[in-house]
This record gives sequence, C-alpha cells and structure tokens, in this order.
Amino acid sequence: MAPVVAVVRFPGTNCEFDTADVLADVGAEPRLVFHSEDHLEGVDAVVLPGGFAHGDYLRPGAIARFSPVMPAVTALAEAGRPVVGICNGFQVLCEAGLLPGALQKNAQLKFVCAPASLEVSAADTPLTRDLELGRHLSIPVNHFEGNYTADPATLTALRAQDRVVFRYVNNPNGSLDDIAGVCNEARNVVGLMPHPERASSELLGSSDGRVLMESLVAAATHSVPA
Amino acid sequence: MTFDVVVDISLRPGISDPEGATIERSCGALGFDGISGVAVGKTVRFALEATDEAAARAEVEDLCARFLTNPVIETAEVRFSETATAGAA
Repeated sequence: MAPVVAVVRFPGTNCEFDTADVLADVGAEPRLVFHSEDHLEGVDAVVLPGGFAHGDYLRPGAIARFSPVMPAVTALAEAGRPVVGICNGFQVLCEAGLLPGALQKNAQLKFVCAPASLEVSAADTPLTRDLELGRHLSIPVNHFEGNYTADPATLTALRAQDRVVFRYVNNPNGSLDDIAGVCNEARNVVGLMPHPERASSELLGSSDGRVLMESLVAAATHSVPA
Repeated sequence: MTFDVVVDISLRPGISDPEGATIERSCGALGFDGISGVAVGKTVRFALEATDEAAARAEVEDLCARFLTNPVIETAEVRFSETATAGAA
C-alpha cells in the first residue's frame, strides 16, 4: 500500500502542489493538509513544503510554528515518522524547535535562485537512505533567508553526531560549515533549503531531487508499524 | 493595570544584516559621511493588561523568548510604562 505523505499548506505556502506531484510520481499517496487541521491520523510521513507561510511576518516560520497542525507534526516526529522541511518548511522546523539552529539572511545581501551543487553528508536519513555518502546532486535553491547558523555548541554536536545531511559544494548564502540541510538527533526529522521537488525531471534541468523523494517514500513505507 | 510595552528586537552581533549593510553603504553615496555600524531591527508595540508590573514583565519575557524573537539570532530590549488612565475618549 502506498504510504500516505501529508503535505502541509500554511497560508502563503506555494510549493505544495509541486511537492505532492512528485510524491505521487514516486509512489506515495500525497495528502494536502491545511494548517488548521489538528490531527494527522493515517499519515506515515509529513512534508512541510516551501513558500512564505503567514507571509514570513515577524520571521520565516515564527507564526507557522503555532499553527494547529504543528502539535500533530511534532507527535509524528516523536513517534519516529519521517518529517521533512523544504526551504520555508526547514525554517518552520527550526522555529518549532524540531531542528536546531536558525536560518538568517543570506550573507551576500541577495535573494538567491539558482541550481546548487550539494554533497550528501549523511546517508542514513529518510531523505538520503537511497543515496551514497559523498554523492553530488544538482538541486535548486530559492531563498533570501537560507544562511544556516547555530551556536558553537550546536555546531559541534551536529558534526560529532553526523547530523549535517547536505553541504553546499559552492556555498551560495554564507551558511555555517556550508550546511544546506540537517537532521534531528533521532535522524527522522530533516530540513534542507534546496528544493528537491524542483529537480524531479530532466525537463526541469535535473532529476537529482527525485531520488530524495524516492528515499522519503521508502522511509515512510518502512516507518509504518507492522 | 494596563501597560504600554515597546519591544525593540535587534540581530545579535555577527548575524547577517543585509539591510543595515546596504543602508550604511548608501549613506556615503548620498553624502552622509562618518556613519558606521548601521543596524536594522524592528519594534513591536502593544498594550498589556496585567495585575502588576512583575506579572507584566514575566509575560513579556515569555512572549519574547517563545515568539517575538528567535534567541539563536535575535535579542530583545523591553520598555514598559503604565498607561495613563485619563477619562474615556
């Protein structure tokens, strides 16, 4: 049976349909869930897609983390189900405390929208279980606040626990330690700034993002209790 | 009691402030010389009903820590004043 992957829509989310399309393409049953839903029954994995949740007012993700759906997302994360945040979704997961650190404004003062070369730095997360460590992927970034930062103790822990999942080959935004994506300690919650759904077909210039979605679907399938 | 609360939010030292940097560079271009250290933050103002000042301060502190700032990148300075209770408008 196809795993059900919830794709959460906040007011201002704009990547939910692309994300759901790719998930369906790689064998999942995507389910669009509005942020006002307060339960996620029957859901095997969650994606918080990109966009500008609540207009990015106050800070990206600052208001979204209080949406009614977030306790249900947190409960699934604590139950070990895969939870993935893409771009704005990554910012929401950081604000919600499900991932460490924060995304500050890009160091070079510019919004960046371009293909980025990424290196897989951890191959045991829901997004990377089908990939080899060190593999390079071309996946676009599209953000103004994607400059990952964390205090020194957090960075030390991320490195020691092998929790940097993706690194930029050519850092486009000033991120600490070239970090493009991280995971939580239990390794089931992953956030990344690049948009795998926008690299899901050769027609889009790259299909490297597709394998991340395939990984997620495989992880969602295996996270279902027998 | 009602308090007028002003929360000034600034970026921590070392956190990227492209707006501040751009304003600083533009100052020279407009002929305003000798300006450095430009930092852009934001201000949130509101009225708060609380039993006393200690309760008001505790609530605002919690509000700042959990919502108005992201402590990883921002700090807040809070200013309080009791609202004058003049006649109704």
